[in-house]
Amino acid sequence: MSKGLTWRFGLILLFIFLSCLYMTPTFVSPLPSWWKGLLPKDRINLGLDLQGGTHLVMEVEIQKAVEGALDLIAGDLEDSLAAKTIRFKKIGRIASDRIQLTFYDRGTADTVQKIVKEKYPTLEIVPPYDEGGFVSMQLRVGAKEAQERKDRAVAQALETIRNRIDQFGVSEPVIAREGLTNIVVQLPGIKDPKRAIELIGRTARLEFKLVDETVNPATATPGTIPEDSELLMEKKTDPTTGAVTEIPLVVKKKAMITGDLLTDAQVRIDSQFNQPYVAIEFNSTGARLFDQVTAANVGKRFAIVLDNNIYSAPVIRERISGGSAQISGSFSEKEAADLAIVLRAGSLPAPVKIIQNETVGPSLGQDSITKGLMAGLVGVALVVVFMSIYYRLAGLVANFGMVLNVLYLMGALAALGATLTLPGIAAIVLLIGMSVDSNVLIFERIREEMRLGKPPKAALDAGYDKAFLTIMDSHVTTLITAAVLFQFGTGPVKGFAVSLSLGIIINLFTALVGTKSIFDFALSRLRIKRLSI
Amino acid sequence: MEFIGKTHIDFMGKKKFSFAISIVIGILGIIGIVRIALGTANMGIDFSGGTAVQLKFAQPVHIDRAREALAKHGLKDANLQEVKAGNKLLVKIGKTSLPQGNAADLIQAAFQKELTGNTFVVESSTEIGPAIGDKLRKDTLIAVAISLIGILIYIAWRFDFTFGIGALVATLHDVLAMFAVFFLLDKEVNLLFITAVLTIAGYSLTDTVVVFDRIRENLHKNTKDSLETIFNFSINEVLSRTIITALTTFLAAGSLYFFGGEVIHDFALALVVGILVGVYSSVFVASPIVEVWGRRPKTSKA
Repeated sequence: MSKGLTWRFGLILLFIFLSCLYMTPTFVSPLPSWWKGLLPKDRINLGLDLQGGTHLVMEVEIQKAVEGALDLIAGDLEDSLAAKTIRFKKIGRIASDRIQLTFYDRGTADTVQKIVKEKYPTLEIVPPYDEGGFVSMQLRVGAKEAQERKDRAVAQALETIRNRIDQFGVSEPVIAREGLTNIVVQLPGIKDPKRAIELIGRTARLEFKLVDETVNPATATPGTIPEDSELLMEKKTDPTTGAVTEIPLVVKKKAMITGDLLTDAQVRIDSQFNQPYVAIEFNSTGARLFDQVTAANVGKRFAIVLDNNIYSAPVIRERISGGSAQISGSFSEKEAADLAIVLRAGSLPAPVKIIQNETVGPSLGQDSITKGLMAGLVGVALVVVFMSIYYRLAGLVANFGMVLNVLYLMGALAALGATLTLPGIAAIVLLIGMSVDSNVLIFERIREEMRLGKPPKAALDAGYDKAFLTIMDSHVTTLITAAVLFQFGTGPVKGFAVSLSLGIIINLFTALVGTKSIFDFALSRLRIKRLSI
Repeated sequence: MEFIGKTHIDFMGKKKFSFAISIVIGILGIIGIVRIALGTANMGIDFSGGTAVQLKFAQPVHIDRAREALAKHGLKDANLQEVKAGNKLLVKIGKTSLPQGNAADLIQAAFQKELTGNTFVVESSTEIGPAIGDKLRKDTLIAVAISLIGILIYIAWRFDFTFGIGALVATLHDVLAMFAVFFLLDKEVNLLFITAVLTIAGYSLTDTVVVFDRIRENLHKNTKDSLETIFNFSINEVLSRTIITALTTFLAAGSLYFFGGEVIHDFALALVVGILVGVYSSVFVASPIVEVWGRRPKTSKA
């Protein structure tokens, strides 16, 4: 008996030691320099609801990624056919998964079919057919190919968003893919969530387009402009009043140069007007294109378009070689900095839509921690006082078990590097009440056995034995629901489930082994004749 | 110390009365659930989609003033709620025709313009798209179903059929009671409430199991007396532990309710309600159902 007792106390002390060891990184910061090697470094993380921050779920509009790719292919085909002086009537995307090419005769169509086969082997070709005096041909993206492109788009979007957040500077962000199309982003402790969301969610497709000078933008409507042009808006913000004016401009649909040819983007300040602008550098292809386009269009206006908004449309005064340019516009220094970040990090392959945005300010988080702690302390105090009065010394033993329960739970949470949320704190508080339940069941049973006239030792053992099954039952049913909550819950609810289920499992040890050891010790070593229960 | 000495309360004799109460609770709970299904209940935006913004003002704001300010800016459908401590205001807007991402900004802009001189900070802001809400609703239904099936399987394995039915009805009763109270108080049904419901579904069985274990034990020992006598005797025997286990948990949940802050206020309320109803149902619902079933349950398993 006494041998078993030593063993049990050893286990209890070992767990206390381990709990304290694992909790050290959570409560001691920074860790002393000798704390290294095998010593644990994981700590209890605070959930976003406690430390403040933003939780975003974004949906990548993957269909648009396929459409965008097809648009590019259509444009590329136009260019290469023009370069080969092959005549075509029209090339364009006609549905979300296909491009139609229309020619004047079948011979051309057959030639083009060969070219396409060679250049885009993954596209399915619907053979040329006659249609109203012309010959048409369709290129289709197959289901498998489309799926791959969509998948790649999400992976690429994730990478781009990670890049942007890294450059924006957020400590310990979480960026993960969820399901087929969603990306989850968590930004703990972020100060300006709105700015961050705008930065992350922006597609950032940069295009340089020539202004169509043949149309008067003031009277233009989408119906009256030439087919290869489009009507876009230039937004101007008055720096003193903050009023936004929109100036319409008609530009060529075809982008002469795009943002993927950039190598760098930096914020600079214009020394003359003290205005920030973004200086961009092109790679060699971009520099060559820029050189050609500016040489051929001196005197015309060149619109700088980002996500279909015109930033500025300066007049090309001379041929620009060397591969650098600048984007100026009426923006603040912060906006210029964000623009530089998104240009450096690259554009998203498809637009993203924010479908969930939860932001908690740091003050509310701190408030929640304080109140959670308060509720916990009050809970502990009430339970401790009640148990000591109702069960006297035995109540104190149960209280000791409860404290062990909470201590071990914190240790386990730290060892797992778990995230503590407000519902998680609530679970710990609830556990304070639930953890003495097991002892209540045992004590009531012991009282019963004593009423039957059993001596203390026999009553004690019978009480623990007979209450055991009941305790198991109640723990199992609670665990079933906690497990389900863990499986389907997100964020805060998961935190609740983790704390609750761990606490319940630990309670089996603290309430059964922990408290029993103390009683056994008291009876065998201290030779106590009467149970104070 | 003992609150409750040896009692001889005729619990079984009061079953007509208690069944009547439970049926009323059950009906109210079902109405609450039907309203959720119909979409007319007070749903949290995590299920319905929409925007919720919690603001903390420098000075007190009259709720009607705030409502007026929002209405002026086309947000007259906003649901406003004052948080007692610290000039806080919770603004909720359900699914609207507004483009997403705008509602939170609109709310702030409206207050900035209309309530000049009363500055505020945004304490929390949540926007949830309808797709997320739909998915969560589906996930929740599955979770509730899995939990109940899990509990049913466990009880069926541990007890025989009649006891299993009694425990299941008691559990359902507790769940319905929580829905009934939230329906009557017009409290918001959100993910935290569902969490509380599932927690109580697991926890409230504790008391039922305690009573059932004792009934089975006594059925073994005593084969002469009527079921009603044995049931009453057993419930009286374990009455004090039924009440005290619930009381300790109640003390903890109660301190959450009074001191835990507004974020988990309703969550704690749901827990408190669940704990109280759990005690009632283990005595007045679970056992009488087994007894009414009329036959002596097999007592082979212990």
